Amino acid sequence: MLTIKNLYAQVGNHLILKGINLNINDGEVVILMGPNGGGKTTLLHTIMGMPKYKIIDGQILFNNIDITNLSPDERAKLGIGIMFQKPPYIRGINLKELASIISGHKDKKTIENYAEDIDMNDYLEREVNFGFSGGELKRSEVFQLLCQNPKLILLDEPESGVDIENISLIGKNLNKLLGKEEKIKDRVKSGIIVTHTGYILDYINANKGFILIDGKIVCEGTPNDILEEVRKYGYRRCQQCK
Amino acid sequence: MQIDLLQKYKDLARTAIHKKASYGIDIDLKMYEDASEIEDYKGLNALPAEIKEAAILAGVDVSEKNRSGTYMQIDHSVIYNKIMESYENKIEIISVNDALKKFPEMEKYWWQAVNVDQDKYTANAELKPMHGYFIRVLPGMKIDRPIQSCLMLQENAKVQNVHNIIILEEGAEAQIITGCAVPPKVKEGLHIGISEFFIKKGAKLTFTMIHNWAEDFHVRPRSAAIVEEDATFINNYVLLKPVKSIQMFPSANLIGKNAKAQFNSILYGKNDSHIDVGSKVILTGENTAGQAVSRAIVDDSATIFARGTLIGKNDTVKAHLDCRGILASKNAVMYAIPELVADKSTHAKLSHEAAIGPIGEEEIEYLMARGLPKDEAVTLITQGFMDTKILGLPEMLESSIKEMINKTGKDTM
Repeated sequence: MLTIKNLYAQVGNHLILKGINLNINDGEVVILMGPNGGGKTTLLHTIMGMPKYKIIDGQILFNNIDITNLSPDERAKLGIGIMFQKPPYIRGINLKELASIISGHKDKKTIENYAEDIDMNDYLEREVNFGFSGGELKRSEVFQLLCQNPKLILLDEPESGVDIENISLIGKNLNKLLGKEEKIKDRVKSGIIVTHTGYILDYINANKGFILIDGKIVCEGTPNDILEEVRKYGYRRCQQCK
Repeated sequence: MQIDLLQKYKDLARTAIHKKASYGIDIDLKMYEDASEIEDYKGLNALPAEIKEAAILAGVDVSEKNRSGTYMQIDHSVIYNKIMESYENKIEIISVNDALKKFPEMEKYWWQAVNVDQDKYTANAELKPMHGYFIRVLPGMKIDRPIQSCLMLQENAKVQNVHNIIILEEGAEAQIITGCAVPPKVKEGLHIGISEFFIKKGAKLTFTMIHNWAEDFHVRPRSAAIVEEDATFINNYVLLKPVKSIQMFPSANLIGKNAKAQFNSILYGKNDSHIDVGSKVILTGENTAGQAVSRAIVDDSATIFARGTLIGKNDTVKAHLDCRGILASKNAVMYAIPELVADKSTHAKLSHEAAIGPIGEEEIEYLMARGLPKDEAVTLITQGFMDTKILGLPEMLESSIKEMINKTGKDTM
């Protein structure tokens, strides 16, 4: 589904990603761990094509289409979706209106069903993300992704600032988004999850884990191995592998 | 109304015929000929297509299905006025000229909220009167469907002076939507509109004015409201199309205990429009409250002055100004001018917030990541900024204005 070749990207004048190579197959979910400032969020935003993140070198292929120079909306239309860690609010536009646009103007009932799944029914008339608490923001993001129904889902710290009850609800819906309810052989959707704590792994089964330090992938393993390494040793031992 | 009283106003007007307005570009009134008389029409649907289209763009429901009554004036002539059957004996809609002849009590209203010698425009309206509407909602009547009025000029380079009197009797409630427009063939002209509102005890009026003029058109409305005890006056103003210049500073004097006023404006400055729009709330009575909200987008080489004045004259009053603007062009200029006056009222609570800025890149990019192309994202954010919810209208009216903004947005934004 996604192939990243020797990717270098910068924000402003700071080079953040320094030669990322990554391959994610159809149906595969990977976790991305690493210390603050290591480039995790930059990687997700660069895959999404956010204008602040400039690709200096390398290539991103999505389903064999070179998306390196495409705009975020073109990438979204191809089937990439992102859950922002700190989404902005938009005054004067209610969530229902935006959900309808994102879904390609699906009928009202479908939108309401998505909202009900993620407990956002009472927020449909509210302005997008305005005055939402941490947990509400995350649910709003998942709701919008449910409406978009992307093939590749980029999740930037889905569990941060969320209480146990909300994590469970978010986890359940992310599993739905990732097609985890399908038979194993029928699963085609993929995901990249940035996580600091690994709590989200209590709800989502991932296939692989990576550690990103100083813009480079320094370690690859099973999600449990990666998590155990980080829990036991922090990133001290990974620093040695740079 | 007594002839000697009318003469008094004419004499006062003559003293002000050269008096410049406090704000806005000064207009040479001699440049414009008086508008002429035209024939009546049998109904709004019988109007010529281009006039009908212009009226629709100014919020007029030509089918009249969702309206309780209609007043329509083109140039100097009242071409149509009607009250729907189920609203007869609840509202009165007639030409103000007829009201002056018919109702002796007009002297309690005529030039009682606005001063006839305020400036050359008020003076001109008195010295060269050309109708205007008289709308009265009778005591205790709650009118569930909006009353609509439409004031139009269909000839080029003319001046239209109108003087409107709007009275909500005690306990009455109504919505008035008034559209002012010109058909496409009219390029230049001048509209002077005097509107005097009297909102009596416990009454509530939501008055929504939509302007749809031409690029070389000057507009000088002069409006004021007197709001009595427990009464509410909501004044909405929507300007979406280019205009040469508009200057107005409507006011509401809250004389009665617990009276409320709210001014909301949605302004879109295009081309070289010079827009100077303010609102003034005078909080005279005990426990009165006011709010003035404006949203402005200034594009091209347009200039917008968004003014707001709150005057607290009583210790128990509370009012807030909220003025936000987006500057969408390097050649545009916006002035946000909030003014708070505590007039011997040590405990009056008056506040304001004013902000001018660009459309946030972060919001545009967020929407792009959801699949909206950049131009669609900008349009959506812009439409959200011009939030029709601030107008406090019933859903039906709000959605029609929203549709109008969206349509204008697609054409011009």
